[in-house]
This record gives sequence, structure tokens and C-alpha cells, in this order.
Amino acid sequence: MNLTLKIWRQKDSKAKGAVETYPISDISPDSSFLEMLDVLNESLVLKGIVPVAFDHDCREGICGMCSLYINGEAHGPDRKVTTCQLHMRMFKDGDTITIEPFRSAGFPVVKDLVVDRSAFDKIQQAGGYVSVNTSGNTQDANAIPIPKRDADMAFDAATCIGCGACVATCKNGSAMLFVSAKVSQFSLLPQGKVEADRRALNMVGKMDELGFGNCTNTGACEVECPKGISLDNIARMNSDFLKASIISEEK
Amino acid sequence: MSVLDSKVPEGPIKDKWTNHKNNIDVVNPANKRLIDVIVVGTGLAGGSAAASLAEMGYNVKAFCYQDSPRRAHSIAAQGGINAAKNYQNDGDSTYRLFYDTVKGGDYRSREANVYRLAEVSANIIDQCVAQGVPFARDYGGLLDNRSFGGVLVSRTFYAKGQTGQQLLLGAYSAMNRQINKGKIRMHNRHEMMDLVKVDGKARGIIARNLVTGEIERHSAHAVVIATGGYGNVFFLSTNAMGSNVSAAWKIHKKGAFFANPCYTQIHPTCIPRSGDDQAKLTLMSESLRNDGRIWVPGIKEDAIAIREGKKKAIDLPEEDRDYYLERRYPAFGNLVPRDVASRAAKERCDAGFGVNNTGEAVYLDFAAAIQRYGKTEASINGLNTEDEALVIKLGTAVIESKYGNLFQMYEKITDENPYVLPMKIYPAVHYTMGGVWVDYNLMTTVEGCYAAGEANFSEHGANRLGASALMQGLADGYFVLPYTIGNYLAKEIRTGEIPTELPEFAEAEAAVKKQIDFFINNNGTKTVDHFHRRLGKVMWDKVGMSRNAKGLNEAIAEIKQIREEFYKDVRVLGTADSLNPELEKAGRVADFLELGELFAKDALDRNESCGGHFREESVEVGGEQDGEALRDDVNYRYVAAWEYKGEPSDAVLHKEALEFNDIELKQRSYK
Amino acid sequence: MSNSGLVKSSIGRKLVMALSGLFLLVFLLQHLIINLLSVISPTSFNEVSHFMGTNGIIQFAMQPILIGGIVIHYIMGIVLTIQNKKARPIAYIVDNQKANSTWISRNMIFTGLTILAFLVVHFIDFWIPEVVTKFINQDWSGLEDGIEGFRYHHELVGKFSGTRGIVKASVYTIAFTFLGLHLAHGFASTFQSVGFRHGKYTPTLVKIGKAYSVIVPLLFALIVWFHALVSAH
Repeated sequence: MNLTLKIWRQKDSKAKGAVETYPISDISPDSSFLEMLDVLNESLVLKGIVPVAFDHDCREGICGMCSLYINGEAHGPDRKVTTCQLHMRMFKDGDTITIEPFRSAGFPVVKDLVVDRSAFDKIQQAGGYVSVNTSGNTQDANAIPIPKRDADMAFDAATCIGCGACVATCKNGSAMLFVSAKVSQFSLLPQGKVEADRRALNMVGKMDELGFGNCTNTGACEVECPKGISLDNIARMNSDFLKASIISEEK
Repeated sequence: MSVLDSKVPEGPIKDKWTNHKNNIDVVNPANKRLIDVIVVGTGLAGGSAAASLAEMGYNVKAFCYQDSPRRAHSIAAQGGINAAKNYQNDGDSTYRLFYDTVKGGDYRSREANVYRLAEVSANIIDQCVAQGVPFARDYGGLLDNRSFGGVLVSRTFYAKGQTGQQLLLGAYSAMNRQINKGKIRMHNRHEMMDLVKVDGKARGIIARNLVTGEIERHSAHAVVIATGGYGNVFFLSTNAMGSNVSAAWKIHKKGAFFANPCYTQIHPTCIPRSGDDQAKLTLMSESLRNDGRIWVPGIKEDAIAIREGKKKAIDLPEEDRDYYLERRYPAFGNLVPRDVASRAAKERCDAGFGVNNTGEAVYLDFAAAIQRYGKTEASINGLNTEDEALVIKLGTAVIESKYGNLFQMYEKITDENPYVLPMKIYPAVHYTMGGVWVDYNLMTTVEGCYAAGEANFSEHGANRLGASALMQGLADGYFVLPYTIGNYLAKEIRTGEIPTELPEFAEAEAAVKKQIDFFINNNGTKTVDHFHRRLGKVMWDKVGMSRNAKGLNEAIAEIKQIREEFYKDVRVLGTADSLNPELEKAGRVADFLELGELFAKDALDRNESCGGHFREESVEVGGEQDGEALRDDVNYRYVAAWEYKGEPSDAVLHKEALEFNDIELKQRSYK
Repeated sequence: MSNSGLVKSSIGRKLVMALSGLFLLVFLLQHLIINLLSVISPTSFNEVSHFMGTNGIIQFAMQPILIGGIVIHYIMGIVLTIQNKKARPIAYIVDNQKANSTWISRNMIFTGLTILAFLVVHFIDFWIPEVVTKFINQDWSGLEDGIEGFRYHHELVGKFSGTRGIVKASVYTIAFTFLGLHLAHGFASTFQSVGFRHGKYTPTLVKIGKAYSVIVPLLFALIVWFHALVSAH
């Protein structure tokens, strides 16, 4: 396949970026999108051009490091995949592909296509945990039976990989899907219920503080989420949060 | 006597850990606040260690090269985590888990460490459930289990095909709680560049801020390395792109012995290679072997026809298929340990029975399982069990509920529907059992420097059983290291803060800067990946699944050659004071080029076949076990711990003899 | 620990949007029922109109609440939109939003502001004359010279008579279309925002929402056209 790549290049967080155009040829339709960028980068090095920086690590769709906005969609045109799982067979020979970094006030660009997603860590630090010390014998693992449905829903929420596609996709730059996945996971499990009110208040508070936008229920995040995290989680977080702010005495 | 003192406590094996814990020095809470501990790596071992140490009151400084601790490669572990809970009432026990692990490791692990691992395994599950890890449950609301290769009980806890992710996020949440309290200072996008030793003790590290390029000094009273394995020495592996040996290699160069580098696990069920631009191999969880049957065509002509695209797997009648694992190992069948399954696949492919265009693939077929589950479902629901289409539909749904995400991943990569066509799989480098030598307390041969998780060598011997890596990582981090480190730190309460102005820091920093400047100014003609790819090819061809003295000697010479060319001709663009992935790779590949040679040297030294290490010179001849690996307990029942002396070829071998008092050494038969 | 005051929080603001929206949904239904009376029974229409126009509670309690609800809904909508724009200071060069969301859901502010423009027209047309009659001229009788019974139905028909009526009906229809679009997303969205989502009931609610967003504006439009084409002749 022969392609034209339009890639956002930006030297560092302070520099003003611009789009550069690179032609690339002889790409196998079976190669992954990132392997295509590897090929580009090797050719750039040989030409003396600084290669394009992009985040990636596990290359099997689970670490959440890769983060490209490809032809106007987070992780590209395929569904339920991360950029590293996107394959070139999704494109046609001769296509022009525009590659941009995830855009959000909460995700400043570090370099080229690399963004800083530490805001996500900060939200998790505000309450995304169960306060239990490591002792190993708090209670036998089977002491509290958990209905399979609840355990399965908690698991589905917990599969969020924290890639930020939801924020990147949302026209409002909202982080609700990400935050609600963690809030939901814990509020569905008896172990997490104890701190549910505090958690909802603190995590939402941190999310707002970091400059993410508001949810307008467009549902775009759910469609583009590589793990298919459901909007149900947002509804659950809304009710958890409202319960915590209106009914509970937690501040 | 060897210079290596394993410090295994006295007493009967089942009491060693309890007694040891009772005698460990405890640091009082007020003093813990005066002690700093550096933890490098935030996977299962590093993340859990950082969280536990911070909970205890130490000041923890944690480092990871990723943009968040949650992205460490433990996250990619799919299948599960073992624990001797005996919830399924199939006779499991601490002893049985211990026994299976020692046997699975082909009697090349330290017995006392393995027993301790089995002992704390049950605590891990309790701990994780308390943290809110959503393990799979049955309709009664209790935890579910599945079975894994190499064992005859069902002791693997799992969260669909994302167990590693869920466990890591558990450890990450425990870390977050401590970060929020200010007890862990987290350094994301930081790479450890060197260990700093003061008066023979580990006192800090030099780290590079990967965003700004700044070289930073960090001091502490102890340094924990939990930086995973070195499978990427093969270039193509199931490891993350950034996984590297550098932290382990740097401490090795500062005096930590490197043990059994040649013990590498080649995982049998990975998606085969598709082309030359491939940068990474993808694992298909071993749990698939619970329901998948592995086969190749029984007739070579059929294999050729399939390779040429003239025939399809489903065209072959049952009698023309060779279910070679079931044929060779009737007792364990498709659930033989990984090393055995991998070699068997290679043997069939080398013999010309491989089934994709490269000739390097075998089938993993779910048709029988779909039939079996479909019939059961139909019967449960009172439907017609003879309705073929219905049975397939119901069976497919069951398979989907068990392995849905893996099947989806397979289809995305290969563009083939594995519910209809059998999967194609081939072995790939996955895990390294070898690593930094540690004693029973997980301390390396550098005082105050510890190694945990995959980065150390101890528990898995020459082969790791499925679902044991997660167990070991969390055991080390949650339940072993936080206690054993107290013995050392108790002596440090009067030390006071370690100043980073010490000349040792300046010296280490200068050396790091020098290497970075070298890469940036080298102006060669070839990319870092060029050399990495070449190294990987030598490793795979000559130090891979099957090794012999001739190939290993060649590999040693070739790797040395590639290393020399690398320093002459590598080209790294960009600057040292900015985010520069090429520069990061260059530093990592430089270390792989040294490790690779030591790896081959170790493989050459060990002239026996054990676990993942298969020497063609050492095989069973004749009888039922003909052609199987032949271990040599008389000459090689030791841990090979290598001391750095400059060039890898100058490394000095130290042997830790392995004692087996509680297990009888036997031929590892899965027949 | 951060203390996110309910109204300052993103979810709190969404709650305000949702509750004011829900209130307006109910109001619309009430408005529609009265309008339907103008077609079915001009006498009843007149009576209800007179009651609504002269009852103290409705005039001095309900009407301000309604206006307040509208104002809050708009102010909050505008505030949220401004915040949302700030959350993405640099726009994408290529943004293929249609691949993952509906035009309707992404353009609530646009449909909302269009409806606001209509509200201005509608107020000038109906509300201001009423205010003038009642508060400036102090005429609370509901009667007019030369008309038998109350004046309301007569006035309504008058406003839609002739060519002007046709033009007005067309403008109203366009506004109702936007109202329908706004409701198509707004109805179900309201429940999501207050955190009500249920495996069994939400699909039904979504269906009701779709039906509401089609039927209500359609009936409004039909009534207008009825008066423009039938009553006036």
C-alpha cells in the first residue's frame, strides 16, 4: 500500500506545532498501524529527520499507552481496538491519513503525538481505591459472596485501560466515562461500598478541578472506547454522586 | 564454600518462613519515617512493594518509564493467578502447589523460596479481593477457578482474559492511596540509568527524566529493582516494546550477580509472525489450551497444500490430523507445560508439518469444545442435541463467554474468524526465569539492593508454570520484601538522609551523561532497531528453543561483532534534553547486546536439558521417553550466578548448589 | 480532600439542566393540551385560557417559576457550553464526529438557541400583548367588544389569518422541528443525567422519548396549520 501521512509535529510542550506531510510506500495491509509508523520512523532516521514521537508500549491493546487521533477518530476507524491493534487493512491504497495527538485541556502535548495524561492518575489518587492495608488475611476471599451479575459488571467497568480516548473523542473533552468506570467498579462491590460516597465526591471534584468538560450524553465516548465501557457507568456515577452530595453527610 | 549465601533459614521447610518472619528485625514506626526506599518499576512486584512499604511507613520513591504506573507490562498477563485455596475441593494444598512448581521448574529452583511462595499464595487472593479486584465468580457468588498447564488441579483464579490487568490495577490503586497520602513520591516517565553505591551499599540511583532529558540524582537507604524480564533481547517477544534489562544490567555491572540468564520461556500459544515489519508478538492465553486441541496435518502433502492455500484446516478429516500433544503425552495432553508444548510445536514444524505460509504455525482448534459445550447447553435447555446448527450456535456462545476478548484480539490481528477456522499459533519468547541472583530475603549480592518479581531468578527454576508469574510478583511485593527488607533497614535508622552531593553520585552521573553524549554525537548510518533486529535473529536462531554448543559459540562471536558495529555505526537523532525515544532505545539495546552474550555463554556452560533450556546434546535415548529432555542432576544441579568483570566473556561463574530435602528429584514426565 | 459544592460540580450542573429540562417537558405537555382544545372545543379553550390568564397562583407563582426554569435552562446550557469549549482549546484538524455520535446530540446548544429565537417571536406575538392588556391597561375581563364570550380563541384565529398566518405557521413549523430535534436527545438524556438507567426500563424510556419528540412538536404544528388553513376561513 502507498499512503500519504499528515502528522502533527511539535518540538515540545511550548512550541507551536504544525502538520507535516510524509509519503510512505510498500506497507503490508497485514501490518499494524504502529508498525507502519515504525517503518516511517526508520526511514526518517536514515534521511536525517528526527523521527515522530508517539506513545506505545504493550502493543496488544491493554496498557493504554497508545493514543492517536487518526482521521478524526480516537484509535482510528476500527471499533473496540486501540491504535496498536488497528491494522492497515482498514485503509485503502492511496489514502491520506491525518494523525493528531489527543486534544484536551487536561492532556497537554509533550512532543509530536505524545500527550501528558497524568491528570488521569491524579483523579485516581483522589479516591480510586479501597482503603485496605496489606495484611493478606483481612478476610477470606470467599467470605462475602458477590452476585455474579455485580461481579461481572464491576469487571466490565474495571477493564478501562485509561487511554483517554473518551476524553479525546468527546466534543466537550469530558472525562466522565473514565472516572465513572472506576467509581462504578467499586460501588458495585461490597468491598468498595464503604467509601462510595467519599470516593464519588472526591474523584468528581478532582475531575472538575483539572479542567475536563461536562458530559452532554452524546455517547461518542462509548462508541470509541477500545474496551466498550458502557454509558451505564456514567449514570451510576451520576446517581452515586448526587446521593453523596444530597443525601449523605459526607463533605 | 561458594561466595553465595542464600540465607535460607534453618528448620523444617513448612516452618522456615514463619520462623524467619518472627525473627526479622522490625523498625519502629517513628524510625521508618526517617528511611527512604527507592522502587524501580511499578508492575505487580514493584507496585505492590511500593504500596506495602509506604503503608508500613517508609518514604518510597517509585519510578517507571511509562507515563503512568498502571501501564507496566504485568497488565498484559491474561490467564490467571495460582493460589492453593482448594476452593474446588480437588485435593490442592500448599505442598501440592509447591511440588508442582518445583517439578514444573524442572528442579532448578530454590526449594525454600518456592515453598514460601506457595504458602503466601492464598493471602494474595484474600488481599486482592479486599482491594476490590473483580475476579470471576460463579452463580453462587463465590470465586471461580480454571486449570492451567502442568498441573492436575484447578487452582487458577482469573478475571476473564485480563487477570494481570485487574491485579495490576489493584496494586496501582494501593499505590494511589499512598501517593495521595504523600508516602509515595511517584516519578513517571523516568528511567533508571545507574545504581549508586556508597561504601559498598546501594544508596541511590541516577535517573533520566524522559520528558526533559534531565539527569537526576535520587538517594535512599535501599534500592528495589522490580523491572521485569529481558525477553526483548530476542527483539520479537510478547514483552512490551519498552521492556528492557537495563536496570537489572546496571546493578549487575555494579556487583549484583546475574543468575541463569539462559532460562527463557518460549510460550507455545502466540499468534505467528506475519511479516518482516513486525515489531511485537501477541500472546494467546494458555487458558485456551483448556478447550483448544492442538494439531497439525498427519500427512505432509496436506501441510504443503494448506501452506499453498489449496486446502483449509476444516477440509481435513479427523483421521488425517495429528493431535501430537495428545499422542505424545496422553496423561497431560494439551495441558503439558509450556516448554514441552513449545518444543513439540517446533519439532512438528521443523519436520515440515507447519500450516501457514512461513511454515511456522500449528492449529489450536475449538471445534470439539464448541460441540461439547453446545450439546450440554442444548440438553440443559431441553433442546434438540442433534440439531447441528443449534449446537454450534450454543457452543460458540459458551466459548465466547469464556474467551471472547482473546478471540476478538485474534480476529483483529489475523483477519480470520477463530470460531469457524482453527487458530494458528506458534511459540514466542514470553518470560525469563533467569534474572538477578537474590538470597532468601530477595537481596542481591549488592548490600541494600533488592530484586523482586520477574527481575529476580528464584522461584521458577528452568521453566515457569502458567499463572505463577502473577503469583510470584505479588508475593514478592506484598508479602515477602516488605518484611525481609526490615532486617537490613533496621541497621539504617541512625544513618540519616543520604546526601546526593556525595562524589559517588557525581561520578555515576558523569558516566551516564557521557554515554548519552556518545549516542547523540555518534553520527552513524544505521538505526537502533537495525542492530536490535540482528541481535534478535541470532538469539532466536542459535539461542532459542533448541541449542547446541556449535550454535552457541557462533552466537557469542556474532553478538560481540554486532555490539562492536553498534558502537561504531549507530545513529541517534534528536537531542539529549528532550523526549527522545530513539535515545532511550539505544541505551536499552546497548545493554541487551551485553546480556545476549552472557545469555549464550550461560547456555553453553549448562550442558544439560532442563525446562526451557534444551541442549540437543542432552536428550533421552530409547524407551518411552525417547527424544525428551535429559536433565543432569549430578553435574548441573546448581544456580549459575555470573559476576561482572568487564566484557561478558570475562564473566565469572559462581555456583549455588541446590538442595532438595523435601522433594525427590525425578524425571519430569508428562506422559 | 476536595469539597465539590453540588452546584459548582459538573454533575450538579447537569442535574440542574436535567431538572429544568424535565420541568419544561411537563410544561410543553400542558401547553399542548390547551392548544388541542383550541381545535376540539373553542369554548373550553376560552375557559381554560381565561383561568390560566387570571388565576393568581398561575400568574404570580407558576409563571415566574416557568420563566425561571427557562432562564436557568438557557444560562446553564450556555455556561456549560463555554466550559466545554475551554476543555479543548486546540481543535482537531480532522474530526469525524459523525462516526460516533448523532448530529442532534452534538448540537443541543444550536437547537436550543434556535428555539430561544422562536421564543422571542412567540412572546412578541402572544405574551407581550397579554401583558399589555392585563398589566398596563388593567383589563382582566378576558372580554372584547363585539365578541361573544372570551376573546382568546378569536384572537388566536386572528393571528393566523391570511397570508401572514401562512408565513407565521411556516416559521412556527421550523421552530417545532428544532424543538423536536432538541427533545429527541433531551428526553432520554434527562434521565441519564440524574443517574436513572436501568436494564429493564431505560429502553422503554428511550422509546417514549423518541415518540414524545415526534408527536408533541407534530401536534403543535398541526394545530398551527389548522388555524392558518381551516379556522381562518
